[in-house]
Amino acid sequence: MLLRSPRFATEPAPPFELKGSLFTLTVLHLFQLDRDAIERHLARKVKQAPSFFNNTPVVIDLEDLAEPPANNPDGMNFDGLYELLRGHGMAPVGVRNGSPELQAVARRAGLPLLPDSRSTGATRKPERSEPAPIRSRIVNHPVRSGQQVYAPDGDLIVLGTVSAGAEVIADGNIHIYGALRGRALAGVKGDVESRIFCQSLEAELISIAGRYRISEQINLDPADRGKAMQVHLADDRLIIDHLMR
Amino acid sequence: MATVIVVTSGKGGVGKTTTSASFATGLAQRGYRTVVIDFDVGLRNLDLIMGCERRVVYDFINIINGEANLNQALIRDKRVENLHILPASQTRDKEALTKEGVERVLNELRQNFEYIVCDSPAGIERGALMALYFADEALVVTNPEVSSVRDSDRILGILASRSRRAEQGEAPVKEHLVLARYAPERADRGDMLSVEDVLEILGIPLLGVIPESPTVLQSSNAGVPVVLEDGSDAGAAYGDLVDRFLGKNLPHRFITTQKKGFLKRLFGGG
Ligand SMILES: Nc1ncnc2c1ncn2[C@@H]1O[C@H](COP(=O)(O)OP(=O)(O)O)[C@@H](O)[C@H]1O
Ligand SMILES: [Mg+2]
Repeated sequence: MLLRSPRFATEPAPPFELKGSLFTLTVLHLFQLDRDAIERHLARKVKQAPSFFNNTPVVIDLEDLAEPPANNPDGMNFDGLYELLRGHGMAPVGVRNGSPELQAVARRAGLPLLPDSRSTGATRKPERSEPAPIRSRIVNHPVRSGQQVYAPDGDLIVLGTVSAGAEVIADGNIHIYGALRGRALAGVKGDVESRIFCQSLEAELISIAGRYRISEQINLDPADRGKAMQVHLADDRLIIDHLMR
Repeated sequence: MATVIVVTSGKGGVGKTTTSASFATGLAQRGYRTVVIDFDVGLRNLDLIMGCERRVVYDFINIINGEANLNQALIRDKRVENLHILPASQTRDKEALTKEGVERVLNELRQNFEYIVCDSPAGIERGALMALYFADEALVVTNPEVSSVRDSDRILGILASRSRRAEQGEAPVKEHLVLARYAPERADRGDMLSVEDVLEILGIPLLGVIPESPTVLQSSNAGVPVVLEDGSDAGAAYGDLVDRFLGKNLPHRFITTQKKGFLKRLFGGG
C-alpha cells in the first residue's frame, strides 16, 4: 500500500526540496596571508596536478593563521584571496575555525562559516563501511524510586513512569512513555546531540552530556505541566521544548 | 493452590498490621482457610491486634529453627473459623529469618491453607524482604502523604525486581493499592494527597480506601480486628476491600466529603 498524504496527491510538485548531505571537501589550511607567497605556491601546485584545479570547491581553514594586527583587522583581505584562488581553478565555499574577528571579516567577504571541526569531531563517529549498530534498551515497566536503569551505547526506552527517586541513564537518547518524575541523564558519554523525551516533565534532574538542571531550575510553565516535552542542548544550554509544535 | 499475599509499605505506622488482621479475618469470615504470619521479628504486635497475645507459646522463628512444629505454634482464632495466626518472636533477632527457613514453613502452610497473609515489618531490610520474597500478590499500604507514597513506590520496585517471581522470570507479583487513614476533608483542603494524586504517582489498581477512624485504635486496643466492628466506617471499608479482592466489583466508599441525604444513604450509591 502506498502511504502518501493527500496533500501530495493534490498539490503541484514543490519547486525545490532541502536535504542534508555529506561532502568530502578539500581544505586549504592558511598559515599566512602573504599574497605573493600564496600565488607562488599555488602556481607550483597547479603545475603538479593541473586536473585537480578545475573549479575545485575548497574550505579555507583559519585555525593556524596568525591574528591580523590589532589596529587593522581588515588588513586581512579575503576579497583578494578569493580572486586569487578562483584564478587558479579553486572555488572557495566557506571558512572554518579562526578567531571571531577573522570569521567576521570572512563573512563580510561573503564566505560562510562552516562548523568548527573540533566541536563536531567529538561526536562524529569514525567512518566505517557499515554503521555501528545502535542498541536500545527497552524497559517494559515503570522505573520506581530507588531503581536505576542504564542503557550503554544507545537509547533507553521506558514504557511507563520514572518515579521520583528513580534514575534513568543512557549513552544516547532517553524516551519515557510516561511521566518523568525522577532523574534522567542522556548522553552521559558526551553525546551533545542526545535528547530526553517524556510525556510529562516533573523531573528532579535532567542532564544532557553533563549539562544539567535540577528541579528548581527547570521552571516549567505551569501550562506545560502534563504535556509531552523534550530536552535538548543548543549552544551548550539545556533547552526545554514541547515534543511537537 | 494456596496464594501468598504480602501486606507491605516501606514506611512504618501506615496500617500494615491493621490491614493484615482485618484482611485475613475477612477472608476467613468468607469461608477461606486463612493464616496470617507476623514477620515483624522483635516488634510483634499482630497477636495484640488479633487479641491472642496471651495464647502465644511458640513463634515463627521456633518453627524455622525446628524447635517446634506448626501445629504447636499456630494459634486458632476464637471468633472466626478457618483463621489461624502465626506470631512473631519478640526476642530473637531478625537474622534467623532465612530464605530456606521461610520457604519451608510456607510450603508446609500451603498444604493446609488457601490464603497465607504475610504482615511485613517496615523498612527494606531482611524482615521486609523475606515477607515479600515468596508473595504471589501484594497489598501495598499507603497513607495520603508524600513520604509514604515514595516508600510504597520503592517497595513496588523491589517487588518487581527482587521477589522470587521476579528472580525466576515468572508472572509478576500482582499489586493492589490500599490507601489507609484517608481523611477526605483534609484531602479537599489540600493538607493531604487525594486518591487521584496517589493513583497517578503509583499507577497500580486501587483495592480499597480505608478512612481515618478512631474506631481503629479502640478496636486494636480491644484486640478485635476492625473488620469485625459493625457500624464502623473503617470496618466496612475493609469488608469491601476483601470482597473486591475476591472479585466483586464494588464502588469505593468514604472517599468524598459530600454529605449524603438520608435516602441516598439508605439506598446506597457512591
Ligand atoms: N484507618 C485508620 N484510622 C485511624 N488510625 C489508624 C488507621 N489505620 C491504622 N491506624 C493506627 O495507626 C497506627 C499504626 O498502625 P499499624 O497497623 O500498626 O501500622 P504498621 O503495621 O504499618 O506499622 C496504630 O496506632 C493504628 O491504630
Ligand atoms: Mg506492623
